[in-house]
Amino acid sequence: MTRLCTSVDEAVSGIADGSTVLIGGFGTAGMPFDLIEGLIRQGARDLTVVSNNAGNADTGLAALLAAGQVRKIVCSFPRQTDSWVFEELYRNGKIELEVAPQGSLAERLRAAGAGIGGFYTRTGVGTLLAEGKETREIDGRTYVLELPIAADVALISAHTADTLGNLVYRKTARNFAPVMATAATTTVVQVRHVVEPGVLDPEAVVTPGIYVDRIVRVAAVQGRAA
Amino acid sequence: MSVVSAGVVEHTDRGPLGRDEMARVLAGDIPRGAYVNLGIGQPTTVGDHLPPESGVILHTENGMLGMGPAATGDAIDPDLINAGKFPVTELPGASYFHHADSFAMMRGGHLDLCVLGAYQVSVSGDLANWHTGEPDAIPAVGGAMDLAVGAKQVFVLMSLFTRTGEPKLVRECTYPLTALRCVDRVYTDVATFEITGGDQVLVRETWGMSFHELRSRVDVPLTAATP
Repeated sequence: MTRLCTSVDEAVSGIADGSTVLIGGFGTAGMPFDLIEGLIRQGARDLTVVSNNAGNADTGLAALLAAGQVRKIVCSFPRQTDSWVFEELYRNGKIELEVAPQGSLAERLRAAGAGIGGFYTRTGVGTLLAEGKETREIDGRTYVLELPIAADVALISAHTADTLGNLVYRKTARNFAPVMATAATTTVVQVRHVVEPGVLDPEAVVTPGIYVDRIVRVAAVQGRAA
Repeated sequence: MSVVSAGVVEHTDRGPLGRDEMARVLAGDIPRGAYVNLGIGQPTTVGDHLPPESGVILHTENGMLGMGPAATGDAIDPDLINAGKFPVTELPGASYFHHADSFAMMRGGHLDLCVLGAYQVSVSGDLANWHTGEPDAIPAVGGAMDLAVGAKQVFVLMSLFTRTGEPKLVRECTYPLTALRCVDRVYTDVATFEITGGDQVLVRETWGMSFHELRSRVDVPLTAATP
């Protein structure tokens, strides 16, 4: 059952210390800024965060890192010119980093959401990122085993939700959100618009409401992705 | 003057290609109507040399086919960016999809071609492009490993020499690998190469250097593409 929350603080309530938290977004497109700000106020610590990047500039995920709430980050691309918050923490040994190929990251989330116990992929074979992982020959090619990433909470952003939790996204702000929504025990979504059931075209729904636990409407911010 | 010497087209009356010229040469070899992913950095500039009549459809890893040119002015939309996180536009017929679908397109062998930068490429087509391996480097792989194993063809766009003059086409990569035996062609400022999977690399064309001189500058067995 999807709950429409009246505030961001209500939407992020109950996140426990030590949780694994999926955070949507690719760079800042699709990043759930308001939910992250809520998580900073809420104060859960010792978090493992899974997100494509390791924060940009001083807002969003970067602000969560700066608040000292994250013990470990799992991501594909932490090295960006404006990822200075992560870089300083990493160089001072204050955050653990697991780098994953971007496709394996997405597929590991998908696997968790689909009840798949792991999968073999050619991505990473023969590289540092396959070290210590099981490999297997299938039809004459070498594959490496990747395991699912299941999480306690997913924080994502969508464009419009109906009150049953059906979601539609906007352009490339969709990115990781649909797979993250499936991979967490509790999926929390910030949206620009909330509509009544029947308003969204059922053929156009991207994330069905079965994956969505909490919705909160947030105001648009100029220059910031949905 | 351009001459054909032992099957290699040599442009010795000029210097090496500039960055924009390198992108143009590579773009000229992209088949009409191909589905193509351009890596971040210099490979992205190949798109500037793909006119609409090429029919090439650009894929961006963050969930889009039919990506258009860079967005400017009022067309800038924070929800519409490319893999390098720069604002872009959408072309008629574009589609959006989530990350697992986007990478299934790569890993499932549906993309015709990708263009990637590189630190090193080996004779056998091994690619090193994600990590310098230095102790204080922050590793960041993004979609490079997925593209390298998944695209039907991998074209590398890079300068042939490092700033200190070391060739980046090598017998064995010394940088951490991105993928094994994945590169098909290498487009550089000095020459274009074809990787055949054998112990020789084929040279197709040179700029600012003869085939003979190129052989003396690169510690890799080179042969003419069309003897």
